[in-house]
Amino acid sequence: MPANTETLSSAALDLRKIATDVVSRAMKAGASAADAIVRDETEFSTVVRMREVETLKEAGSRGMGLRVFVGKRMASTYSSDFSREGIERLVGGALELAKLTSEDPSAGLPDESDLGSLPGDLKLYYDDVFSFPPEQRIEYARRAEKAALEADPRIRNSEGGGFDASTGRKVLANSLGFVGEYERSYCSITAVPIAQDENGSMQRDYWYSAARSLARLDSPESIGREAARRTVRRLGARKVPSTKVPIVFDRTVAASILAHVFEAASGDAIYRHSSFLTGKLGEKIAGENITIIDDGTMPGGFGTSPFDGEGVPTRKTVVVENGVLKSYLLNSYTARKLSLQTTGNASRGLAGNPGIGSGNFFLQPGQHSPQQIIAGVQRGFFVTEFLGFGINLVTGDFSRGATGLWIENGELTFPVEEVTVAGNFKEMLKNIAEIGSDLEFRSSTACPTLRIEGMTLAGE
Amino acid sequence: MTQNQSLFFQKFGITPNDLQRYLSEALSAGGEYADLYFEYLTSTSISVDEGIVKSASQGISAGCGVRVLAGERTGYAHTDDLAPEKILRAARTAALIARGPGQQPVQAFKETAVHQLYQISSPSADAEIAAKLDLVMRADRAARAYDPRIVQMRGVYADELRQILVIGSDGTFADDIQPMARMSILCIAKNGNTSARGQSGGGGRVGLDYFNSEKTPEYFAAEAARQAIIQLDAREAPAGEMEVVLGPGWPGILLHEAIGHGLEADFNRKGTSAFSGLIGKRVASEKCTVVDNGTLPSRRGSINVDDEGSPTQNTVLIEKGILKGYLSDKLSSKLMGLPDTGNGRRESYEHIPMPRMTNTYMLSGDDAPQDIIRSVKRGVYAVNFGGGQVDITSGKFVFSASEAYMIEGGQVTAPLRNCTLIGNGPDALTKVSMVGNDLQLDEGVGTCGKDGQSVPVGVGIPTIKLDKMTVGGTAS
Repeated sequence: MPANTETLSSAALDLRKIATDVVSRAMKAGASAADAIVRDETEFSTVVRMREVETLKEAGSRGMGLRVFVGKRMASTYSSDFSREGIERLVGGALELAKLTSEDPSAGLPDESDLGSLPGDLKLYYDDVFSFPPEQRIEYARRAEKAALEADPRIRNSEGGGFDASTGRKVLANSLGFVGEYERSYCSITAVPIAQDENGSMQRDYWYSAARSLARLDSPESIGREAARRTVRRLGARKVPSTKVPIVFDRTVAASILAHVFEAASGDAIYRHSSFLTGKLGEKIAGENITIIDDGTMPGGFGTSPFDGEGVPTRKTVVVENGVLKSYLLNSYTARKLSLQTTGNASRGLAGNPGIGSGNFFLQPGQHSPQQIIAGVQRGFFVTEFLGFGINLVTGDFSRGATGLWIENGELTFPVEEVTVAGNFKEMLKNIAEIGSDLEFRSSTACPTLRIEGMTLAGE
Repeated sequence: MTQNQSLFFQKFGITPNDLQRYLSEALSAGGEYADLYFEYLTSTSISVDEGIVKSASQGISAGCGVRVLAGERTGYAHTDDLAPEKILRAARTAALIARGPGQQPVQAFKETAVHQLYQISSPSADAEIAAKLDLVMRADRAARAYDPRIVQMRGVYADELRQILVIGSDGTFADDIQPMARMSILCIAKNGNTSARGQSGGGGRVGLDYFNSEKTPEYFAAEAARQAIIQLDAREAPAGEMEVVLGPGWPGILLHEAIGHGLEADFNRKGTSAFSGLIGKRVASEKCTVVDNGTLPSRRGSINVDDEGSPTQNTVLIEKGILKGYLSDKLSSKLMGLPDTGNGRRESYEHIPMPRMTNTYMLSGDDAPQDIIRSVKRGVYAVNFGGGQVDITSGKFVFSASEAYMIEGGQVTAPLRNCTLIGNGPDALTKVSMVGNDLQLDEGVGTCGKDGQSVPVGVGIPTIKLDKMTVGGTAS
C-alpha cells in the first residue's frame, strides 16, 4: 500500500492536534522534554514584464519540526511528510539522534514560568490578501510596471512589476503544556524598471510596498513612479576619487546598517565571543543620540508575534539607550549561557536549535527631514544602495560597495557608482552626526536617514 | 527501472500512466510545454560548538513541482503531497498560465542518458551518524591544538541526498541521485584585546571517506585556525585603485560575480544584462579563457542532469578574451534559438528553474605565480574571500577578501583586514595582464543566490594579475 493513502488533506489538517500529538509521542518514546512546530503556508506570486504576464505561481506548503531532550542531550528532526509513518519516523529519528549528542548543561526548554502568549488582537492576519481573483492580482503588478514604464522616456526596459500574497499559520507545542498558534498575512507590490541613456548604459533600481493587509498597500502607480525616479537618477553614474567625507545613508540602506547592530547584540554571537559587543553591557557603545529598541508587540508589525520560537511572550526591549548598551537579545539557551533572562527573541525554523530573531527593531528617529540633513552637508556622499556584505562582526570592520548621489553645497548633484564606503562599525556608531525624522517600517528592521562622519570612500 | 525511479514509483505509487495524465492536465489550457519535477531530499547536520556536539538534526522534504510554458509565460504550482489528486490540482493550477484549447500532445518518454559524475560507493547520507560525529570532534581538537590563541571553534558537518525525477511533455525522462557532503569550520582567535575570525570548509558530491582520505577534518580546522591567527596582526587595507593579484582557487568568485551572472541567458534574452549584445566582442584580455563546466567528477557544482532533465556540459564562455556564449535553460534556448547548455537549475521542487552556473573557472596561462607577485610594485594579494554580489544591469560587482596581503616592491608583506574589491564586469577582465599556470578549483563551499534561490556551485582560477581595480579599505 503506498504511504500516501494515510495522508490527511490540507483542509482537514488540525495543526494544533498534530503538534501536541507529536510532543506526546516523543515523551512516550522516552524524551524528557520536547517541543514541536507545525506550519502551513499558502503563497501566490506573479510578475508582469513588459506588460505581459511572465510568471504565475501558486502553492501551499507544510512542514513540522521536532526537538527532543533526553536529559541534557538535544536533537531535532523535521519533515514535510504528515502521514502516520512520517510522524513515527520524525519521533523515532529524533530520539535516536539524541543518544549521540553531548550533554549540554545549558540545554532545555524555557522555564515554565516564562511561557505564554500575548493577549488581544495583534492585527497580524487579514483575509483580504487573497480576496481578489488572480486576474485582479495580476492587474496590481501590471499597473505598477506600467506606471514605471510611462514615468520617463528613458525607462526602456524592465525586470517587471510584481504582486505577492501569502498567509501562514504556525503552531508551537511543548511538553510543559504550552500550546500556541497564530496566523499572519502578507502582501507586496514591486516594480523594477531599467533606464538607458544615450550611450546605451543601463541602470536598475526598485521600489516596493509591503503590508499585512491589501488595504494598506500603497497604490501600484505610486510604486511604479517612485521606482522610475530612483532608477533614472542613477543614469550617468561615475566613480569619484577616494576621499573622506560625511556620508548620508538613505533609510533603505540605513536599515541594513542597523541590522548589523541586531546581529552584534544577538545572544548567539555574544556567548561565542564572535561579536564586538561581547562584554559591553552597560558600556557606552554609541553616541548619546542613539536609542535602539526591539519591540515584538507592535500591532500589525512585520516583526510582531504573540510568542517567540520557544513559546515565550514577545516584549519591548531597549537595546541601546542614549548610547549605552542596555540589553542583548536572547532566547532561553543564550540567556542561560550568559546568566541572564530570555528577552523572548527565540526564532525557530523547522530544523535545529532556536536562533535569535528580531521583533520590530528600530532606531529612534531624530528631528530633521532627509532634505534638511542633505542640505547641511557641504561635500559628501548620499548612499542609496549597498552591494555586497562586507562586515566582520568580530572586529567591526565594515566595507561595502555603494551606489548613490554626490552632495555638493547641500544639494544632490551627479550619480556615483563603483565605490566602497568603509570604516569600523564601533566608530561608526559613535559618529552618527544626524538622525532623520523619517522612520518607517517597510520590514521588521527600520531606521531613519543617518549621517555618519569619518568613513572612507574608496573610488579612483 | 533505476533505484531512483523505483523510489517514486513504489514508495509513492506513481505510475508512467499517472505521469502522462498529469502532463496532459498541465497542457489542457493550451500550454506549449510542461514538466514535472519530483524531489525527495534527506539531510543531516551535526555541529560542534564549545567542544561539545550541541545539536544534530535530520530532515526529509518531498514534493512535486509542475511547470507550464506558453511563449514567455511560466505557470508554476507545487505540492508536498504526492497523492494523485494533489498533483493533478497543481497541474490544473499551473495550466492556467495559458489561455486556449489544449493542443500539444505529450511525447513518448525517452530516458536521458546521464553522466556518472558521483564516483562513490555509498553516499554519506547512509553512513552511521557516529562516524559523522567523529569528524566534527576531530576538527574541534585540531583547531584548539593549533594555537592557544584559538578561543572559539565551531564546526558543522552536513550532508544530503537529493533524488529527482524530471518528466517533460517533450519526452524528457531523467532521474538522478545527487549526494552532497560538506564540512565548515569557524575559528575565533584572541590576543589581548584583539580578536579575529578564520573560516574554511569543503566537500562536494563525495562520500564520507573523502573526509578520511583527501581532505581531513584536521586539514580544514588548521586552515581556519591559520587564517584567524594571521588576521590578529592584520592592518587596514588601502583605499583606491591599484594592482590586484588574486591567488588560485576560491578567488575564482571574481569570474562568478564579474561575468558569470551577466552571461546567464535569461538576463540577455530580456536585454537587462550589461553583457547583452556582446557575443563575439572582446570582454577580457586575450590571456583569459573561461568555462562553465557541470561535468567535473565529484565537484560541488556538478550534476549528471540539470533540474530540467538535460545533461550538463562544458560551455566555453570566453575564449582568448572573446565572449562566446551564454548559459541557458530550456525556456531561454527556445526563445533565443540557442543551444540548451544544461544550466537549468532550481533550489527545490518549490522553485521555478532558471539559468544558473555550475563550476565556473579560468583556464591556466603561462606565467609562474611567483613572477606575477614579483611584477607588482604596490598592490594587494587576495587569496581567500567571503561573499560577493553583482548588479547585473550596471555590471558593477564586489567581493570581500577574508585573507589578503599587501605587495610592496614585488614582495608579499603585511596581512590586511577589511579588504573589499569592487569593479565593473564587462571591463574587469580586460585588465588581466598575467595568468598563472596554477589553475585550482575551490574546496567546495560555494552557494550562489539568485532571485531568492540557492544552489551549490564551484569556482576556480589560476593566480592572475589585474592591472587596476578599486580596493575598498580605509588606509591611504
